[in-house]
Amino acid sequence: MGDYSLRVMDLGKRYSLNGNAAYQLRDVMVSAVSYPFRLVKRALAPSGTGSAKKRNQDVWALKNISFDVKKGEVIGIIGKNGAGKSTLLKILSRITDPTEGGADLYGRVGSLLEVGTGFHQDMSGRDNVYMNGALLGMRKSEIDNKIDEIIAFAEVEDFIDIPVKRYSSGMYMRLAFAVAAHLEPEILVVDEVLAVGDAAFQKKCLGKMGEVAKHGRTVLFVSHNMAAVQALCQRAVMLERGRVLEQGPAHQIVQRYLRDMNTSKTTALQDRHDREGDGSARLTSIRIEPAPGEQLIRTGSRLQIMVEYRSDRAIMFPNFSATVYDMNNNGIYLFDSDATGGLPDQVPATGTVTCLSEALNITPGRCYVNVALRRGGALADSVEYAAYFDVEPNDVYGTGRIPDRSTALCVLQHKWTLG
Amino acid sequence: MTTTLSDTPVINTPQAEEQPLQRLRPRAGWVPIDFRELWHYRELLGFFAARELRVRYKQTILGVAWALVQPLLTMVVFTLMFQKILGVQKDDPLYFVKTFCALLPWQLFAYALTQSSNSLVASERLLTKIYFPRLILPLSSVISGLVDFSIAFVILILMMWIKGIQPGLAVLTLPLFLLLALMAAMAVGLWLSALNVQFRDVRHTIPFLTQFWFFITPVAYATTQVPESWKIWYGLNPMAGVVEGFRWALLGTSEPPGMILAASVAATIALLVSGLFYFRRLEKSFADIL
Repeated sequence: MGDYSLRVMDLGKRYSLNGNAAYQLRDVMVSAVSYPFRLVKRALAPSGTGSAKKRNQDVWALKNISFDVKKGEVIGIIGKNGAGKSTLLKILSRITDPTEGGADLYGRVGSLLEVGTGFHQDMSGRDNVYMNGALLGMRKSEIDNKIDEIIAFAEVEDFIDIPVKRYSSGMYMRLAFAVAAHLEPEILVVDEVLAVGDAAFQKKCLGKMGEVAKHGRTVLFVSHNMAAVQALCQRAVMLERGRVLEQGPAHQIVQRYLRDMNTSKTTALQDRHDREGDGSARLTSIRIEPAPGEQLIRTGSRLQIMVEYRSDRAIMFPNFSATVYDMNNNGIYLFDSDATGGLPDQVPATGTVTCLSEALNITPGRCYVNVALRRGGALADSVEYAAYFDVEPNDVYGTGRIPDRSTALCVLQHKWTLG
Repeated sequence: MTTTLSDTPVINTPQAEEQPLQRLRPRAGWVPIDFRELWHYRELLGFFAARELRVRYKQTILGVAWALVQPLLTMVVFTLMFQKILGVQKDDPLYFVKTFCALLPWQLFAYALTQSSNSLVASERLLTKIYFPRLILPLSSVISGLVDFSIAFVILILMMWIKGIQPGLAVLTLPLFLLLALMAAMAVGLWLSALNVQFRDVRHTIPFLTQFWFFITPVAYATTQVPESWKIWYGLNPMAGVVEGFRWALLGTSEPPGMILAASVAATIALLVSGLFYFRRLEKSFADIL
């Protein structure tokens, strides 16, 4: 009997940015008709540069990925956004093919890449369990055996026969996870499903995954929740920009990841591929730090965000915006240069803009920032998850009691009196 | 930089090497059909078809009766318009039965055409998050169309009984014609659904395509009205052979289908095989394009 449950060997995945887009048939027809004209044009002016669109832009979402997972191991896949984690899971889940290299799977793979995929709003909870289970590869007989367990795990006994569109988001989530949790594949692949849902739900998911691991199954766990990764995983693989940066014991890799996140205050953005916008200007870096004169970013301190950008010509009517989110994807602040003014109507082609805020009124915890640049109203460049920062605790009330992020997002001075 | 920190070096143990269950490698070009996998996922096919039916009829007043009302109403309109007003086959007292008979496989086909073509794009979320054989999606539309067909079929039998039409032995060939219709529906569904993923405006050509196809299929008229020399080209439309076959098997009208049927069968097989190849070839990039 072999030892391995999964072996990844020199895996690579390339996306060609224009080659994969859906075309319009009429574009193809226009293109076909104009082909002879373009040929002539090229013949007459051989030194002419081709249109930018034709130049093949290839992105290697993954390159030279190699690691092995033994049976019964729980391995964490961590890395910044855009590092390639989701692409790796998609390949292992057979949703997409690798471009080079390969992976050998020594067991059935059950993937949970999103909670509630395939749930149909008009169908009852029970019907959705069967549908979802079938999608995940379970036999109807298997589901019959487990349906009671699944309903009990999700705690939706009273609601199981009504359409899921009437469920609360919590119930919905629990039911969806319950189906996948009872899948019993040899290899369970989980992608950040814990990013949604309340604390109680997340705890339940972690518990169940731990159980799955105890039964000797292999778990591949992608998450940004370092505490969960350290608690569940024996080993971890850290990806950065499509390559394996390091792999080893979980706590070691997690420490390295946290260190990297904290020390690099300036995050380079120019090589990020997951951006939107017309590309006429590019955000090259973002730096998040406490305002001058302050030591730490904490509740009550002022925040300073510096954004470097680059373009081929001066930017008319620029608009910079930075949106701050909590780790549950709730938007907290929108720093909009148009809303508060301050930037001139024209800025040089290359430069830095700084945003200085008033005192932060949020509880300690991690936040991430999306940043965008518009010129004359059109979106030039936008990067999600551009950078993370941590808000440290601060005794704003003076009593030593600081609320934490799981209870509330904001802090506000207040007073209770009797009567 | 890759630093591998494994506790034991990888040794090829002297025991027999375990064979991997799945080897994930880049697949180039044509990909064979994995029938075993399709069989493994057969229950999913049923679920998708059932879901489609449920969605279609759940919030309609008529519910399942719609499967009857549609062909019946169409038949009435055709009889009025084509026979009575336009004078197509005006001396034929059985026109409406023949029309209804042709409408059954036609509506199966038209349904598959419209539903399958968008089936992949509509399931974008599923396709990018879960693995299952993609063939199941267009296939399930065809299956759910069969249900409507069966319901309307009962009415056809009723109509035949009322009019005193007794089918001869030819009726035994009916399942074959039904199979041909299914194959044609499937072939078209495969082509269109795969094309639609790559070229999003294919969806907009569907209404036009359906209409056009309707007119080249002998639903509202009989093939006797088609000039002899055109017949073989006419027969390249798979549905022409199907409708002819249906009418011959059930109603005993028209001569036994010859050239037209031969052309239809050939066209269907060609479409289906090429459709399967094209679909499989494109399948691996569905998740990347969507």
